[in-house]
Amino acid sequence: MRIRLLYFASLADRAGLAEETVETNAVAPRDLYADIAKMHGFSFAPERLRVAVNGALASWDRALADGDEVVFLPPVSGG
Amino acid sequence: MKTFRLSETPIDAASLRISLEDPAAGGCVTFEGWVRNHNEARAVTRLDYQAFGPLAEDEGEAILAEATTKFALRVARCVHRTGALAIGDLAVWVGVSADHRDAAFAACRWIIDEVKRRVPIWKNEHYADGESGWLHP
Repeated sequence: MRIRLLYFASLADRAGLAEETVETNAVAPRDLYADIAKMHGFSFAPERLRVAVNGALASWDRALADGDEVVFLPPVSGG
Repeated sequence: MKTFRLSETPIDAASLRISLEDPAAGGCVTFEGWVRNHNEARAVTRLDYQAFGPLAEDEGEAILAEATTKFALRVARCVHRTGALAIGDLAVWVGVSADHRDAAFAACRWIIDEVKRRVPIWKNEHYADGESGWLHP
């Protein structure tokens, strides 16, 4: 299936892009992050990130569907 | 009506303060977060804020809705800047009005703490030595 990924802050810098669409067999964000982290050299452990699916915070084990938009959120620093 | 929003343009604190007015309110507490020229012993020259817009606005709205259930407030508002900011610029504004000051002080503090903890906004600091870095506390 195809998943659209958005990247922010240091993850966007490390990946060298703000978004991409990937073809994946990952069933949940947890597997997807493992693949993507390897591909782009992300060093954050998943415990330090949150995940959003289709614009809403989601569980790492939620089932992904074709066409989903996934964002791995690094620790935030607003304010 | 939206209680939390992101703004790509300078925040107008005076007009936001007016939005807190309510005949039943006995006062307001506001917090202004400013861009300072140093962080952790490094000289900062400017910074950029990036947000995941849709989720940031939803999470901000959720925080303000939670604040109105936790504290006896009349109005609660928050605006956070995105984009390029200079030293001294207003980065975030929080304002609440309440019948009594205890709730207003406590709620304002709680809201800014929750915004900093939860809302997907990231700060990229530019340093005097030419380096820059995203903060991921």
